Amino acid sequence: MATNPAPKPVPQHASTAAGGLAEAHPERPSGLLRWLLTTNHKEIGTLYLIFSLTMFFIGGVFAMVVRAELFQPGLQLVQPEFFNQMTTMHGLIMVFGAVMPAFVGLANWMVPLQIGAPDMALPRLNNFSFWLLPVAFTLLLSTLLMPGGGPNFGWTFYAPLSTTYAPPSTTFFILSLHIAGISSILGAINIIATILNLRAPGMRMMDMPLFVWTWLITAFLLIAVMPVLAGVVTMMLMDINFGTSFFNAAGGGDPVLFQHLFWFFGHPEVYIMILPAFGIVSAIIPTFARKRLFGYASMVYATAAIAILSFLVWAHHMFVVGLPLVAELFFMYCTMLIAVPTGVKVFNWITTLFRGSISFEPPMLFALAFVVLFTIGGFSGLMLAIAPADFQYHDTYFVVAHFHYVLVPGAVFAIMAGVYYWLPKWTGHYPHERLAQWHFWLSVVGVNLTFFPMHFSGLAGMPRRIPDYALQFADFNLVSSLGAFLFGASQLLFVAVVVLCVRGGRQAPAQAWEHAEDLEWSVPSPAPLHTFETPPTFERPAH
Amino acid sequence: MTTPDPQLSRESRSGVRRTVWRSVAALVGMFAFAFALVPLYDVFCQVTGLNGKVSNSAQAVMHDGVDQSRLVTVQFITRSGSGLHWQLGVETRQVRVHPGQPTEVGFTFDNQGSEASWGRAVPSVSPSQASQHLRKISCFCFDEQRLAAGERREIPLVFQLSRDLPSDVNTVTLVYTLYPVEGREASQQANTRSLQGEEA
Amino acid sequence: MRTLLVWLAGGLSLAGSIQVAMANGWNMPVGVTELSGNIHSLHMTIFWICVAIGVVVFGVMFYSLFRYRHAKGAKAANFHENIVVEVVWTAIPLLILIGMAVPATATLKQMYDASEADLDILVTGQQWRWRYDYLGEDVAFTSNLGTPRAQIRGEEAFGENYLLEVDEPLVVPVNRKVRFLFTSDDVIHSWWVPDLAVKQDSVPGFINENWVRIDEPGVYRGQCAELCGKDHAFMPIVVHAMEEEAFDTWLADRRAAASQEAQGIDREWAMDELMERGEQVYTAVCVSCHQEDGSGNPPAFPALAGNQALLDDRDRHIDTVVDGVSGAAMPAFRSTLNPVEIAAVITYERNAWGNDSGDSVQPSEIAERLSD
Repeated sequence: MATNPAPKPVPQHASTAAGGLAEAHPERPSGLLRWLLTTNHKEIGTLYLIFSLTMFFIGGVFAMVVRAELFQPGLQLVQPEFFNQMTTMHGLIMVFGAVMPAFVGLANWMVPLQIGAPDMALPRLNNFSFWLLPVAFTLLLSTLLMPGGGPNFGWTFYAPLSTTYAPPSTTFFILSLHIAGISSILGAINIIATILNLRAPGMRMMDMPLFVWTWLITAFLLIAVMPVLAGVVTMMLMDINFGTSFFNAAGGGDPVLFQHLFWFFGHPEVYIMILPAFGIVSAIIPTFARKRLFGYASMVYATAAIAILSFLVWAHHMFVVGLPLVAELFFMYCTMLIAVPTGVKVFNWITTLFRGSISFEPPMLFALAFVVLFTIGGFSGLMLAIAPADFQYHDTYFVVAHFHYVLVPGAVFAIMAGVYYWLPKWTGHYPHERLAQWHFWLSVVGVNLTFFPMHFSGLAGMPRRIPDYALQFADFNLVSSLGAFLFGASQLLFVAVVVLCVRGGRQAPAQAWEHAEDLEWSVPSPAPLHTFETPPTFERPAH
Repeated sequence: MTTPDPQLSRESRSGVRRTVWRSVAALVGMFAFAFALVPLYDVFCQVTGLNGKVSNSAQAVMHDGVDQSRLVTVQFITRSGSGLHWQLGVETRQVRVHPGQPTEVGFTFDNQGSEASWGRAVPSVSPSQASQHLRKISCFCFDEQRLAAGERREIPLVFQLSRDLPSDVNTVTLVYTLYPVEGREASQQANTRSLQGEEA
Repeated sequence: MRTLLVWLAGGLSLAGSIQVAMANGWNMPVGVTELSGNIHSLHMTIFWICVAIGVVVFGVMFYSLFRYRHAKGAKAANFHENIVVEVVWTAIPLLILIGMAVPATATLKQMYDASEADLDILVTGQQWRWRYDYLGEDVAFTSNLGTPRAQIRGEEAFGENYLLEVDEPLVVPVNRKVRFLFTSDDVIHSWWVPDLAVKQDSVPGFINENWVRIDEPGVYRGQCAELCGKDHAFMPIVVHAMEEEAFDTWLADRRAAASQEAQGIDREWAMDELMERGEQVYTAVCVSCHQEDGSGNPPAFPALAGNQALLDDRDRHIDTVVDGVSGAAMPAFRSTLNPVEIAAVITYERNAWGNDSGDSVQPSEIAERLSD
């Protein structure tokens, strides 16, 4: 069985040969205080991942409420006011609470291990940026209980629905977004500082694993756009509370300006949620194809190209807002261009598979599903880029199908692939193969049942963000809801696999996957609390 | 909190500090940039006609002759926003003008409420490619207006379509939406007399 | 050879079934304007290009997955770089994209055609209804959701056009260029009729435009596409496209009806009449926020039943309905409803659900309030 290779004799760079997460450090506080005060990148990474999983389930429950209401026409379970809060919260929690923290968690765990650093560059800052998150999201969730309810204006919170016409709790929503934003920014600074300064001697930039590269570029994106988000919500705050009129036409402001500013943040944000996924998949596919990644350098350039282009395409979210012809053309062309570097990535992955020696362990299954389903999301993205056609697609379920294809079997599958890939390193055990297989197949079926019919309901004319719909959309919605329940329930299996894996399972050697190449596989499994205290010497793979 | 990991070499630590300061500088810059985008956007809109915005200050008449060969329809629409007891009227729904020809159109502001109040007429132009060719020589939309209870006032709009208006534009629509000026209704009551004096 | 044929047959039947599915309400409608047809064919062109790319890419991928299985003893090759290949697969997509951009640009330019229109209609979005103003024709009306609330709550069987029916549809002529101007009274809405391929945001304080020239008479339905608050799902659009003569007749009749109602302003209305008309208006316009029983939905939408402040101050009640409340969801109805409707609905609100002010508001009083 491919998952049980004989451990290769690899240099052990850990300071402690045995032990792992469970081992208590002599000088450190124990119990809850230990987790509250920890500055260890592995422990903080674990905290991020647990937080993210929690948010994934809370956001998931909101999605289940939405799908349950949409199960059939008519209003059965919730009122439109609450429905709008559910769609909004689902989006906000999944974007800012689940996907982004999951990638930060993976970065915390893996970036130091992959570049041979003893820890993150700024360990105490690291602790602070994590603990901001529970504060931010407790605050955000508490708005649901406030008079007038929580945010109900969609995760894109377009003014003036989110300012003049917003519920009183909006000020708290803004505050929580500020806190979450600061957390992301601090995380990004830390990651950049770590990658730029703490690489093992001999490791050049172009030697870094792609996960490190994609995260470096992601961190630059975060630093560039999170302050813009902070600026936008600050302007909202001032419009709501201090009588300014940034977005209020009545005072000489412009609601469309909000959308320009939001999407100037929002489009790079979309890539913030997908670039690290590219990095994970680029690590997994070569490992299980037993063949080096094809076109490493072009992968790096493609990632950078996508990041740069992401600043020039924001108004493709606004094709029907009344842009002049020149603007429509400019944003259409730039958006179409993104297909080129994205295509290069997909071609590189497939060429890596070509003439490889492929096995199908759970991480590989998720990575392969990522390639296929993300590409489908890319195709619908290309269709959406065509401005005249977007007049028909915009704000319909076609868009919902598109971005869920790139974010669920895209970002989320990549995160799960990463978790299955690195669980042996984290826990010292392989995840339960059979259960993980079930989790994978149920998720794939569930995801496609949920989101594929949405293409049709959108094309047939169903607008997004509606709690009730006309009868011709009933069949599509029925299938989508059933798929969503299946997908939602299958994620309990994921929790089961992770919990079982932490508690026991087949022992994993340091080199848990036979052909895995990066530095993390040179430390024991489970990785001891302190690794690479003396920097390893990086050896370039022979060409 | 921003002290680097003490285990690191001195070289790495100073590198980390440098990275942090550069990042912080970038952050501050981007935050400022977000606010700078607000005026930049206005300038950009006025230059390109994005979003049907027109200049919010008076422009000089251009004396480069009238293009007698073309007639363009200019439509006027007046609308009332909520919360202001005013009616905005226009003497004619549309005029046919030659590009280059300065034209005057009378608008009527009518306060039907029982109190003095402040309002503002917010302009918008469609199609957007026409907006940078619509030159407003005199417009009530540049200023906030104050009307006494029951007051009715006629204010003209003087405008000119520039001669380089794209040839495929045959109809230009100009919409004015009336909005109350927040916070000026009550607090400015005391100044009523002096302001009336000024206006007279 | 046989396998190839099987694959070919399979592929063709799949493509065929996609075609069939698309003709049955699974796809973007072809629509009833030249532009909607062009957009549809553009959509199909891009779709089939994507399918072709997908077949090649996924074909190679799945071939590799089956052919080079570790379990079947596949030995990995050792190549990992090839500049020529990289350049080729950067260049080919670029060429395909240029091929897509050409028709897309042409269609987009057609959409932005600014030639003179035969009819201009101002479309105003309002939480949660549409108002149509036939500019220069003295015809204007609001179009509210026609589906009874009882159907939404599941107390009645769904009608055929559940949620896609209105009390008064927009009527337009075929074969004439109709120009729509869009704006909003409150938040951003988006006016969308798939068969006309028109989707345009209506932005408060700003104006947008779009146009149609409809080829076939018929009834075309659409919905608001931009989240605009709680009843976003309940502000549909219905467009009746009529033959030109029929449209001209309709317009004349509509104008006559408006002036007839205008004559009603001058006479004294009886309490019963006002209550009856008021209930109609209330059900069409006010119910979505203030509820059928006047209980509202505080804090956003105050209760009207038992609202003593309102009952005590008749002038304020009139002001609120006529001019709206700034910075709140209450719109100004001065131009949305005529004086008869305003008078009737205020009278109704002051005397329904146990409200017992006993007073009535006459249309003439409102007309005077609104007159110059």
